[in-house]
Amino acid sequence: MKLEARGLFVSAGDARIVENASLHVASGELVGLIGPNGAGKSTLLKALLGLQPRTAGEVLLDGAAFDRMPPIERARCVAFLPQERRVEWRLRVRDVVMLGRYPHQTGYGAPTKASERAVDSALRLVEAEAIADRSVATLSSGERTLVLLARALAVEAPFLLVDEPTTALDPYHQLHVMETLSALARRGVGVLAVIHDLAAARFMDRIVLMSAGAIAGDGTPAETLTDENLSAIYQIEAVRGMKDQRQWIVPWSRRQTPSP
Amino acid sequence: MIGRAISYPVLLALLGLLVGLLAFVSMLIGPAAAGTFELLQIMQHGQTDIAWMIMREVRLPRMLLAALEGATLGLAGASLQGLLRNPLADPGIVGVSSGASLFAVLALYTGLSAAFPLALPLAAIAGAFICVAILQGLAGRGGMLTLILAGVAISYFSVAIAQLVLNLSPNPYAATEIMFWMMGSVSDRSLDHVALAAPFMAAGWVLLMAAARALDALSLGEQAAASLGVDLRRTRTMIVTGCAMAVGAGTAVTGGIGFVGLVVPHLLRPLVGYKPSLLLPASALGGAALLLAADILVRLIPTGVELHLGVVTALIGAPFFMGLIFHARAEPDS
Repeated sequence: MKLEARGLFVSAGDARIVENASLHVASGELVGLIGPNGAGKSTLLKALLGLQPRTAGEVLLDGAAFDRMPPIERARCVAFLPQERRVEWRLRVRDVVMLGRYPHQTGYGAPTKASERAVDSALRLVEAEAIADRSVATLSSGERTLVLLARALAVEAPFLLVDEPTTALDPYHQLHVMETLSALARRGVGVLAVIHDLAAARFMDRIVLMSAGAIAGDGTPAETLTDENLSAIYQIEAVRGMKDQRQWIVPWSRRQTPSP
Repeated sequence: MIGRAISYPVLLALLGLLVGLLAFVSMLIGPAAAGTFELLQIMQHGQTDIAWMIMREVRLPRMLLAALEGATLGLAGASLQGLLRNPLADPGIVGVSSGASLFAVLALYTGLSAAFPLALPLAAIAGAFICVAILQGLAGRGGMLTLILAGVAISYFSVAIAQLVLNLSPNPYAATEIMFWMMGSVSDRSLDHVALAAPFMAAGWVLLMAAARALDALSLGEQAAASLGVDLRRTRTMIVTGCAMAVGAGTAVTGGIGFVGLVVPHLLRPLVGYKPSLLLPASALGGAALLLAADILVRLIPTGVELHLGVVTALIGAPFFMGLIFHARAEPDS
């Protein structure tokens, strides 16, 4: 399967936030959407989901118009973890994850067996079974992110869009989240993740680079995160190395702007 | 750990039992000598003269209105708290009660209510709908904050006009009548009042219950809820309209009764595991029980003049509200 955006434009007032953006995610692929603050990454993600009105362009799921599908059908196909990590009320962790079954459950009956299984498996995948009966209000931000990720996984959608899943997490939880996304892709889910951490780029099969609302590059991490691109888009210099045949990158210094 | 002391069906059954019990007691209390014995006689042998008259004409409408209005306020309060994701939301917040009150006051002021007894509740229902139309016009495309702001603005404006009417009222008798009506009560109502309000209330309840499941998803925030297939605008319209119908019709026949919609959902929330959808039916039953109990209380308190129900709920509710603020201040971030 393939989720695809073609020539998306999004405006807010006079400002163009996304300009002629095209990208795609295929099943089994982990794609990183990377770019500076204000580049339009989150907006592009929301436009893909149909949560943000666009001025032009189209979103296709396997070639069919995604936004012509009924909202529940769309929700079953593409799961979303928004940047907002707040959970209202002191809900039990398991109840929060069960909310991911909203598009599958109808009426007010007890959860179906399939829903119970999906919730169990999502909790297992993020290793949160031990806290399943706790209130979300008692969790650390790392635990809460994992629980909300489990909520998105419980949808069991073929595609998963996540917005800054590792922000504000300690290294252990960052790795936990990235490894989980990686494992999902290996199971055949198409994952598109907005990330800021260049060190997480090594988990990605492909990187889409965004700058000032437009797509500035699309390819493997080695192809896209070149010194030239990092310098032009982020105004930074990075150091890099290799381990286990994967390139790692650490931002090192701001580029010295030549004095006029 | 969230230990739910009792299971949900048991909670509903207990609340239902409590409502039934209070409804029964409500039928037995009053100045006239018509107690348990008479009620049992009526239930067994059908009507017996004067006691039957009192039960049917005086106490039955009173009991039904207290139960229906209490259920409406509990349900509407729980729905609005879920929609706005704010434990301090109250049916009054969307401006519906004050709009209904204003039109009721106008009906009293113009003497329309004296000419035609059902003019007052009919005017109040019309007022509730006019307010919701203005509310949707003001906040239709905005966010939840716009909705609250528009509701508060409409509320203040309605109160201001009602006070203006009171201010200009030439005859003190009309002014007193208006003031007593605004205090809220279920006494001296007839089955006609019940028949007028009940269909609107029922229609409002259906709308609110139909939106309940979306409220669960909304606890993750608007974006996550929308990504799960929740139609935010539709959910909001259903809840605001449902509140207008149910609360508007309730206010139309009982006058202003505050704090039930605020207090009841808050008390019951921990008992349903904080799930907004489960809170709705529980709050409806809890609201009915609370208002029935309060209406029994006003008849038992030996004051010279019977206290108005709205006065009693506010007297109990306001200190509770202060307690809520005190606890919210003590809790770090919930």
